[in-house]
Parts: sequence; structure tokens; C-alpha cells
Amino acid sequence: MSLLRAEVLSYAVEDRHLVADASFDLERGMVTALIGPNGSGKTTLLRLALGLLAADDGTALIDGLSVTELTPVARARQIAYLPQMRPLVWPQPVRDIVALGRFAYGAAPGRLSATDSAAVNQAIASCSLEGFEERAADTLSGGELSRVHLARALAGETPLIVADEPVAALDPRFQHEAMRIFRKVAAEGRGVLTVVHDLALAARYADHVLWMKEGRIVAEGSPLDTFSTDRLDAVFGVNAEVRREGSAVRLDISGPA
Amino acid sequence: MTLRINALIGAALLAAILLALLIGSVSLPLDRVIAALAGQAVPGDMLVVWQIRLPRALAAALVGAALGMSGAALQGLLRNPLAEPGILGVSATAALFATFTIYFGIATAGPLVLPLAAVGGALIATLLVAAAALRTRSVVTLILIGVGLSSFSVAVMALLMNLAPNPFSLADMVNWMLGTVANRSFENLAFAAPFLVAGVAILLAAGRGLAALSLGDEAAEGLGLNLKKQRLAIILGAGLATGAAVAIAGSIGFVGIVAPHIVRPFLRYDPARLLVPSALLGAFILVVADIGVRLLPTDSELKLGVVASLIGAPIFVWIAARRRLA
Repeated sequence: MSLLRAEVLSYAVEDRHLVADASFDLERGMVTALIGPNGSGKTTLLRLALGLLAADDGTALIDGLSVTELTPVARARQIAYLPQMRPLVWPQPVRDIVALGRFAYGAAPGRLSATDSAAVNQAIASCSLEGFEERAADTLSGGELSRVHLARALAGETPLIVADEPVAALDPRFQHEAMRIFRKVAAEGRGVLTVVHDLALAARYADHVLWMKEGRIVAEGSPLDTFSTDRLDAVFGVNAEVRREGSAVRLDISGPA
Repeated sequence: MTLRINALIGAALLAAILLALLIGSVSLPLDRVIAALAGQAVPGDMLVVWQIRLPRALAAALVGAALGMSGAALQGLLRNPLAEPGILGVSATAALFATFTIYFGIATAGPLVLPLAAVGGALIATLLVAAAALRTRSVVTLILIGVGLSSFSVAVMALLMNLAPNPFSLADMVNWMLGTVANRSFENLAFAAPFLVAGVAILLAAGRGLAALSLGDEAAEGLGLNLKKQRLAIILGAGLATGAAVAIAGSIGFVGIVAPHIVRPFLRYDPARLLVPSALLGAFILVVADIGVRLLPTDSELKLGVVASLIGAPIFVWIAARRRLA
């Protein structure tokens, strides 16, 4: 059974198609990267697939069940969602923010069971946040906050993680660390769907790439099969050199086409 | 930690209520007050404690608790430390309906006419905002609707005062709007109690969801929160509790902002754990403020609402200036 399956999802606002006929299928053990230029509908597609936005057409199935029939709690136990906008209003300590990842299990920052606590500790460790547990959110840098949010998503220990630009504010080292965390999650038999703007990261760490342009998924497949000079020009409008070294893909983007 | 804070503020609240029973124009020492509370005192003492001082102190405590908890809940929902129970227009609409009964002279028909009208106004405003919450995704829209409701109610109140048939009813309206717990009876409290209890129960049941909302609406939904239900619960709960408070005491501002703000750092800024301590502290603040009102040697007694605003408004500015996160 696929973790998350989108079938011809469509969504329009005032006759403008933000997402049109988008289908994909996420398997266990895979990191899937969703890539596309700004405004291509990536975030909207994620929200449709999660049932946070009602699709005009098409369906999304989580573990075989339609998202419209799942309760929010049932969905949250299947999928941890890390949105692009992560506004914090209260200077809460890091540990409490990560603890919110256990919300769907009836937990809250003030009341964590032993299982919840263990999951929170592990998530903090995997994002290298030890020593930050009691730091207030407003004393953290943007990159540190991104790691806190990533830890929050990991704390749910869900079969699938859906992340919207999780590495945008991170320095190169933590970009790679974050992608490696995703690889580890996949190696445990879980799944990851992540929007990535850094194409080199997508090529390096994803098993599967969904290429999106103007609301449509225009190509999908392994990085090896789908990265090409022509496609990078057609989808992103950039001049790029694509080299294949064994099973790896190397990109050299020289500028706008 | 939460328990210790609750116990601490709770003990302070009990001490303040006891102090309120000791103070008044008739001097009653502690042993006679305690005897009266136990029902073992002379009829005169019993009358002073049970008919005058205890209802007044409890009224201040209940109003403070309702406003403190509503403020904390609305701040959590709207994700803004400056939100207060009146922000959704509930207080002003309740006050408007109460003013109507004074204007048309029906408030004198019975002691419950005015509180009944106040609760009615609060319910209507609450339902309007709740209906809006079902249609919109944005909390800013809710705040703007609340501001609109408030402004309209204040405008109509001004109109009623403008057209007041005689100076006496004008004085009644003004006095009522200033907010006071003087001369409240157990009958008044018993009338407002069901609304207050219902509001508080709804807020407490929806408390955990407020913790999720601290990550923003979208992430909270992702965490498994039913956003619509959560908003409705907080709007209804705060509306009922605030309406009950206005029915007892008229409009009393700023307690709902100040109480949550003071306890927040001790509760790790968690909007869920904030509810009960905010209620207890709100109760404490109003009981103490009401003692202050009775002790100040002024010709005509100061109104509780006036004192609360005089203290609260500068604190409001201080909180606004010291905000740490956008």
C-alpha cells in the first residue's frame, strides 16, 4: 500500500489553475523531491494531497483511505507536515516546540508520556539540538529554528514526512545533514516528500524526483533518468551542464537560459 | 510547576478574599468574620458577611477569573499577547444591551433584567463572530469583525446617552458602564454562574489545542488540530464567560490582558497551561483592586472598572513595547 497517493488533483482560483491533473505515488523507503520554479504550485499540491485544502477535482489517498474521510488526528499520525511558513509567537523553549510533534497522540508540552518523551529526545538528538532544549525560540538563529521545526516533524515518528522547503535557511553543512536525516528515515522503511530548491541536493539525495511546472507534474523518475540539460532549460529556464558519474548526477548551473 | 503556581496564586486569592471580608464601614475582627462564615455569629454580623461583603468579594473573584481565562484563551487563539476578552466585540455588545434596558426604564422591573440583557447581548455577539469564523480562514478577519461590532455598540450607546430622557437614567448608564461589583447579591451571581461555568468548561476542554496553535494555523492543522472546531470552542467559551462577567460587573478592562501576561513566563509560554493560572490571577487582581477601591478615601466611591483601566492601560503599553517575537 502506498503511503500517499494523489490522483489527478486539480485546484483553481478565479480560473487560474494552481494545480492541474497532478498525480503521484509515494512508496515506503523512498525520499521524493518535489522541484519546480517559484509559483509552480508545489505548496498548493502538498496542501491538496494532505487534505488541508479541498481539491476541485481528483482524490488523495493516505494509506489507502481518502483524506476527506480521515480525521485530522488520524491523518497527523500518518503524516508529519512541515509547512514553509513557521511563525512562532511565544518565546517557548525548544523542547516544548519539539514536543508539539506528539500532539496527535494526545500529548502537549506539559504532559508527555514516557513514549512521547523518548520520541522527543530522539528527535532532538537527530537534529543535533542537544544543549538547546531550554533555549527560548526567540534566541535562536533562523537555521537553528529550522532544525527545531524539523525535529518537531520527526518527533511524530510518522510513516511519512512531508516537508515544504525544510532546508531553505540552513547552512551547507546542515542542508546535507537534513537530507541525510531524510535518507535515514527512508532507510527505516518510512517515506519522505520534500520540496527542495537546491537542485544539486535533490539530485544527490532523492530516490525519486517530481518535476513541476505551471501546476502540472511534467516529469518524474530517478535523478539519473530525469535530470537533463533540456529539461532544466524547459522547467527552470537555466543553462546547466549535467554529468553522470556512475549512479550519481552532477549539476553545473551557469546562469539563466 | 503548574500545580505549584496554581497553589500559590490560589492561596493568595483566598487570603485576599478573607481580607475583603474584614474591611468595611462596620469593623469586624477576624474571629467574628470566621464565626459568621461558619454560621455561628450574631444576626448583624451574619448579615454584613453573607449579604454584603462575601457576595461582593466573590463577584470580583468570578469576574476576574472569567476575564483572565478568556483573555488567555483569546491570546492563544489569535496568537497575540494584546488580545483581550473584549476584542471580539462581546463586552461592548453586552454593555449595549444592558444600556438599552436602562434607557427604556425596564431595568427597574426586576434585579435580573439588566444581567439578562447583558448575557443576551454577549450571546448575540458571540454567535455573530462564530458564524464569521465558520466562513473565513483568517483570524485577522475575526478581529476586524470584533472591532466593528465594538465600535457600532459604542456608537449606539453614545446615541442612547445623547438621547437620555433624564439626567437620572444618564447617570445610571454611565455608572453601569464604569464597571463595579458594589451591592452585588448571591442572586446576581447565581444568575451569571451557569454561563460562566459553561464558558470555563468549554475553554478548559479546548485548552490543549491552543498549544498546537502556537506553531501557526497551518502547522497546527498538520499536527492534527481541527482548526474550525478549535476556533468555535474558544469563541463560544470566551463569549459565554465574558458575557457572564459583564452581566455581573459591567465592563472591566485590562484584567484579561495583564493576568495572562504576568504568569506566562512561569508556564514556559504555553498557551494551554496558562488558562487556570490566568483565571486565578485575574480573580486575585480584581479582589485586591476592589479592596483598594473601598479603602481609598474619596467622596464618591471609585468604580472598579475605572481603577482597573487606570492601572491596566500603562501595563498594556509596557507589554506592547516589550514584545519579543513578531
